[in-house]
Amino acid sequence: MLESIWFVIWGVAWAVYFMLDGFDLGLGTLFPFLAKDETDKRILVNAMGPFWDGNEVWLITAGGVTFAAFPRAYAIMFSGLYTPLMLLLFALILRGVAFEFRGKVDSDRWRATWDACLVAGSFLPALLLGVAFANIFQGLPLDAAGLFHGNLLTLLNPYGLLGGALFVLIFAVHGALWLTTRTEGDLQARAGRMATTLWLMEAVVAVAFLVQTWFSTRLWQNVLAKPVLLALPLLAVAGLLLTRVFAGKGAWWKAWFASSALILGAVLFGVAGLFPDLLPSSLDPAASVTAFNAASSPLTLKIMLGVVLCFLPVVIGYQLWVYLTFRDAVTAESIERGPSY
Amino acid sequence: MDVLALSRLQFAVATYFHFLFVPLTLGLSMLVALMETQYVRTGDEDYKRMAKFWGKLFLINFAVGVVTGLTLEFQFGTNWSRYSAYVGDIFGSLLAIEATAAFFLESTFIAVWHFGWEKLSKKAHVTAIWLVAIASNLSAFWILVANAWMQHPTGFVLRNGRAELADFVAVITQRFAILEFIHTLGGAYLTAGFFVLGISAWHLIRRHETAFFKKSFRLAAAWTLIFALFEIAQGHMNAEILSTAQPTKLAAMEAHWETGRHVPMHLLAWPDAANERNTVQSLSVPSGLSLLATYSTGGEVKGLKDYPASERPPVLPVFLSFRAMVGLGMLFLALGLWAFLKRHRIEEQPRFLKVLPWLIPLPYLANELGWTIAELGRQPWIVYGLMKTSDAVSPLATSQVGTSLAAFFLVYALLGAVDFYLLFTFARKGPDAAAAAAK
Repeated sequence: MLESIWFVIWGVAWAVYFMLDGFDLGLGTLFPFLAKDETDKRILVNAMGPFWDGNEVWLITAGGVTFAAFPRAYAIMFSGLYTPLMLLLFALILRGVAFEFRGKVDSDRWRATWDACLVAGSFLPALLLGVAFANIFQGLPLDAAGLFHGNLLTLLNPYGLLGGALFVLIFAVHGALWLTTRTEGDLQARAGRMATTLWLMEAVVAVAFLVQTWFSTRLWQNVLAKPVLLALPLLAVAGLLLTRVFAGKGAWWKAWFASSALILGAVLFGVAGLFPDLLPSSLDPAASVTAFNAASSPLTLKIMLGVVLCFLPVVIGYQLWVYLTFRDAVTAESIERGPSY
Repeated sequence: MDVLALSRLQFAVATYFHFLFVPLTLGLSMLVALMETQYVRTGDEDYKRMAKFWGKLFLINFAVGVVTGLTLEFQFGTNWSRYSAYVGDIFGSLLAIEATAAFFLESTFIAVWHFGWEKLSKKAHVTAIWLVAIASNLSAFWILVANAWMQHPTGFVLRNGRAELADFVAVITQRFAILEFIHTLGGAYLTAGFFVLGISAWHLIRRHETAFFKKSFRLAAAWTLIFALFEIAQGHMNAEILSTAQPTKLAAMEAHWETGRHVPMHLLAWPDAANERNTVQSLSVPSGLSLLATYSTGGEVKGLKDYPASERPPVLPVFLSFRAMVGLGMLFLALGLWAFLKRHRIEEQPRFLKVLPWLIPLPYLANELGWTIAELGRQPWIVYGLMKTSDAVSPLATSQVGTSLAAFFLVYALLGAVDFYLLFTFARKGPDAAAAAAK
């Protein structure tokens, strides 16, 4: 029972991370396409300014939850996926410092360098996390000892790449919509057009992914075995459709929330479809790493449950407060007047 | 080099580099919070400018500290997967608590502080920096509890082929953890103290913003003296606990070979590990080590020869690091005392002011020496007495770790160069330029 609760917490931590940092990663990816001049660039950076750091902690938490609740899964996943995780790490490092560094020296080359880090450091994590999760959904070549029989190229199979493309597109739309909620005028209009244009690609890739998931993974079979869980893929599809409906009306906040529903629904569908596997094995189902064979001791799970139940509601509370406090639009004038990056 | 050696080197690079930024974060957040509190209490605009100027430097330093901390969380899984699987039940949960209870708070409110100067009331804004300061110190607490468990494992049982938690309270309240925590904080606060003293001195000698930098200097002088005193008095306890908790580390720190009573302390020594003796050994204080380690001149202190050579740490680097760290600690006390005594008429001390900026790196060095003693002195164990480092490494290919290590050298060299360049530039620009750049 404890193991199952922790499996849900594990899935929710990932889903919340993708919902929140997803817009940062997407906006960073679209940076060269949306920002025409230096003012635009600064508006984009400051649209993420007060939020990205707190968002990224959800990734640390998702990693921390894996380590604390399922140490064997953490060990096998991080060492097995060594190269992609190192790439992810370097990308996140460069993205993080780009925010702080880009405005510190008044030189076009300086800014261009850190902008390149921001773009690469946003695009790569989206792609890598998509590839990684698609591969986890279809199973990793793990033997009974938990050894990973493959390399980076093993992961770059068609289904893995489809997952990567899906993550990049979902985050790009999510990021463009975030910008519409944070800006005014021409930039807002351009971001809105970008969101609706990309939405078409997002929808095509999402449908292709959902169909291919039937053939490449056991997610649908697992979810169909407990039909109430169908609510999750339905939430994702509804979120996808409503994103377009609201974006068409220029109801930007609603469109962003719909996009959030898509992310939550899609990630939780994947997680529910995996249960009880954390890392299914493609070599031998008996070698799969599950919530039960990878879990920490009941005492640790109980104490950590107490910690999470005490602190996460508080975290959500103050992060919500931050989103509300910094809800005003970011404009050329506001970044000149107040503190900014 | 094999995977083990490469992984150890990578861990050393990642940890040394991360710890170039952490101490200043821990100490300067407190100083900035104190400055802004003074502003809120007295309405003195100088203190607001101080909070903004030192806060700017704090943010530049903070950025690299945060992103390099990511590496450490990743590395336990990527490079030390056998360790992670064996002790994750305890160690992993401490890291997870750090993220939920402290790191969220720190990362969220640093942005509130940075962006909130106009949006928040004065009181709400000063609360934000206090939350950052408290959260970063709390964060250090959980990380150091985790490290202390590797140094002195407690509150666990060996079950299901791994170490499982048996007594959570014992893990988080053990004396080793508390000592390690306050000793690390002391070093961090000294780092921030010398940072503010050094930069203030640089401006005072050039008569830039004299009132502003004298105020900064006075605050930092009192702060530095307090923690220099604290660090020496308290540091002794960290060495003393080793006589029971980690006897091989203590013996290596003191180059002490033969178990015995009335063990002298040699002020001058040079260890020769191959021949299990010291080539030089003089200026001895009779029964000095026995007294310091056991509070009795007749107390027994274990020597390295009591342990097989395969269970001893590398003696020379641990020994030298300890000597150098203690020497630096004494120097910090003398400098702190002088700065404090002369703080009201510091402009009359031009030679002292000229030297101070050059001393900023010394506490950084002392911090890294401290970690060298802690981590190298624990070898060959990754968890003292429980798991060897060589049994903890991930099943990886040499090429994988070699490539990532090269990438770390490259990226970290770039980050380090840029960050120290920016710190240097903005420190020299002074408060007005910092305020303009904050726009």
